[in-house]
Amino acid sequence: MIHAAIEPTFEAFREAARPLLASSTPPANVFFEDRRRGQVTLSFGDTPASRSFGDTPELRSQAERTRIKPKKVNVPARAVELAKLASFHRDGDRFELLYRVFYRLTHGEPYLLDVASDADTLRLRRMVQSVKHDEHKMHAFVRFRKVDVVGEAEPWFVAWHRPEHPLLRLTAPFFQRRFPSMRWSLLTPQESVHWDMSELHYGPGVPREDAPPPDAFEEMFLTYYKAIFNPARVNLDVMQAMMPKRFWSTMPETAVIGDLARSADTRVQVMKDGGESASSAFIPKTSSLAVLKDAIPACRACDLCLHATQPVFGELGTAQKPVGTLLESGLFLVGEQPGDEEDKAGRPFIGPAGKVLDRALEEAGIDRSTTYLTNAVKHFKFEPRGKRRIHQRPAYGEVRACRGWLDAELEIVKPKVIVALGSTAAQSFLGKRFQVSKRRGQIEKTRFCDAWVATWHPSAILRAPDESSKERMFEELVADLALAKSSLERAA
Amino acid sequence: MDVRRKLAVLADAAKYDASCASSGSRRETPKGGMGNTEGMGICHSYTPDGRCVSLLKILFTNYCVYDCRYCVNRISSDVERAQFSVREVVDLTIEFYRRNYIEGLFLSSGIVKSPDATMAELVEVARSLRIDHGFGGYIHLKVPPGVSRELIARAGPLVDRLSVNVELPTTADLSSLAPEKTLGAIESSMAIMKEQIDESKERTKGMRDRKETFIPAGQSTQMIVGATPATDSQILATATRLYTGHGLRRVYYSAFSPIPHADARLPGKSPPLVREHRLYEADWLVRFYGFQASELVDGTHPNLDLDIDPKLAWALAHREFFPIDVNLADREALLRVPGLGVRNVDRILAMRRHRTLALEDLRKLRVAVRRSLPFLAFAGGSEGARVRTLDSMELRRRVEPAKQLALFESQVAAVGGQL
Repeated sequence: MIHAAIEPTFEAFREAARPLLASSTPPANVFFEDRRRGQVTLSFGDTPASRSFGDTPELRSQAERTRIKPKKVNVPARAVELAKLASFHRDGDRFELLYRVFYRLTHGEPYLLDVASDADTLRLRRMVQSVKHDEHKMHAFVRFRKVDVVGEAEPWFVAWHRPEHPLLRLTAPFFQRRFPSMRWSLLTPQESVHWDMSELHYGPGVPREDAPPPDAFEEMFLTYYKAIFNPARVNLDVMQAMMPKRFWSTMPETAVIGDLARSADTRVQVMKDGGESASSAFIPKTSSLAVLKDAIPACRACDLCLHATQPVFGELGTAQKPVGTLLESGLFLVGEQPGDEEDKAGRPFIGPAGKVLDRALEEAGIDRSTTYLTNAVKHFKFEPRGKRRIHQRPAYGEVRACRGWLDAELEIVKPKVIVALGSTAAQSFLGKRFQVSKRRGQIEKTRFCDAWVATWHPSAILRAPDESSKERMFEELVADLALAKSSLERAA
Repeated sequence: MDVRRKLAVLADAAKYDASCASSGSRRETPKGGMGNTEGMGICHSYTPDGRCVSLLKILFTNYCVYDCRYCVNRISSDVERAQFSVREVVDLTIEFYRRNYIEGLFLSSGIVKSPDATMAELVEVARSLRIDHGFGGYIHLKVPPGVSRELIARAGPLVDRLSVNVELPTTADLSSLAPEKTLGAIESSMAIMKEQIDESKERTKGMRDRKETFIPAGQSTQMIVGATPATDSQILATATRLYTGHGLRRVYYSAFSPIPHADARLPGKSPPLVREHRLYEADWLVRFYGFQASELVDGTHPNLDLDIDPKLAWALAHREFFPIDVNLADREALLRVPGLGVRNVDRILAMRRHRTLALEDLRKLRVAVRRSLPFLAFAGGSEGARVRTLDSMELRRRVEPAKQLALFESQVAAVGGQL
């Protein structure tokens, strides 16, 4: 049994291993101990056959003996490179493994490293991989904090970092190459290193409590970190796989991760809903519906105008006598978009759906000529099929783009009660998630007016699958209109 | 406006550019200066979107005279505007760098006045960093299409990478969404860069210790995916043309992402992120695995399968090619086996010179055996593919990954490049 007490470095290991390899000492009989930790007694270390050596006369004499009787031991350069890295691994038996690999390489298995599935090769590779990974993460995640030293003009940059393996001496030269003209210190729990702009000085480890205090400039980094994050692509799993939590405590930016992740969904929704409508660029500042109507043919906020005959603007009922441009009373009704007939005539609700609406208004006791009728989208969207033009539901982006016109109409008309006919109209007001089937028939207080209500679009009734649904939906439409009417009367 | 507010606005405006690479360049720290690059890129942080923070990625200004529909900075968008001074960008870069937050600077810009006037500001930032401050870190400048030859020649020796964005895969896409940009102008900028890189290589040819000093990390580009109906086949065809025609190092695919104040011509929804990853996977297969883009997508299957990676999809569609014998097949054939990445293929080749491999060996190398086994044979062994399994209708179900895992795996794979 041989116990070699060595500094836990590759160089010390190599010195100790060379004579042992030369004398073909089998790996099963060789143990390495960390000299700095004193003599750790191994359970079978005290057998009569065992010898301990390190920087001891035994080792020296062993080395001298091999020098007298030199037997060349050649370990391939590739193995030396891997062993250098593996020697930084935290596992206590790494030097036994390295000795076993070196022994096998020099005793009949020179190709051992090619046999990737061999247990020793595999373990060596994994150790190397783990050390390289940790080295790379240290290069990446060290965060220097500026510390002003009293009486010195030059600032001092200090970082505290907890690597997985004791590899400060592996990584320090990287920082030396990168920051030669800056005074810095790297503190780890096991060891520390200080660069004075000419030399590296190693010192004892430093506990977490003695890490440098935050640096005022970190606010800038947090600002950057928050702004560069794209809330539409949240992927916390990948982030954590790449930036394991054990490093977070010394990385200032990780303090805002929770907030960023939590607010991401809302920010994306606001992005989709919010912002000004694209049509606002085409809308004149005016208090006249007629001026608006004249301006709308020039709108290019979306591409629907390319195929439609003309825009169909809102229509003030004939019984309404606008005082200036203000509507005195009456319902503000919003549909989806003009249909085939409306597109040709340039007036809202005159086709089949308009007929249904007329009937419903009548049953609810509302005179159409007292209303303001308009649509969420002002152009007809369709798909040509043969000679027919088949209605197509406008995309939400088109609804958003057209919203500017609806806002301008609301601004002038200032309605007391709004009726949104169908989901497109309702969503134009309250966002994409609005479902007419679940929220119709309820007077809601909105930022547009105090009494806002959604109901079926007349064409939904025309498309209903059977007679009984048609009847039920029509009755609901009438009831919802009547509800709107009574709200209006209460308001007046 | 204070610098911090500018940083918030101009980093926010820059986040739609996917590239953040800092690799492929070697530069020693200048005497008395700070910063170097050692070939390998370093990701200094990760944001909750799983993307890395390697460079200080900002715009010089988000004022822009162009009206590209997909862009948050287009002239018709009403985002908050800001503009840095050269000095502010230089100071931020230095202060970020010395705290080890970044590897360097990735500076892009909206187009003010003209492409040349804009580029001149960016070049001035690079000059000041390199010359006035002895900065050796990574510098990537985004080149506005249509920039003059002289400005590229001035930028080349200062930077590590230049890139001009192709933006959209087809000419038609560009004319509908980016009316001021044409594929012709974009590609001619690429051609100028390639020409100058080649000239520089020619000059240093035969020199001892030659080190590339003109745009050493080469040029890259970005294509937005899913903003137009272009198919994966069209996207990969454009990428192939850029790789082979202009010697690009990297094409980035960026899934169209909703932007504030969006134009109505854009789709309301972003494409599934997994599409972007499938494109990256296909890109790796073409560059490192010996596949032709036309083997992965074609006229009848213009889009990549979203549920399985493109190599597995190819294997399932070409079962006659399999089984591949681990102990006999050449490198090219092994690379086509689903679940075998470049690294493991090289290990297999090294190992089998000394011994015959069995299934157990692959397990130890952590090969995704469930995926690869049906396509493998082992000379002298009884394991591996049986013709019956290969012909089975059930094969796809057996080898495809569980759905949940698929996206995560493919994202990690897209970073690591092992398929």
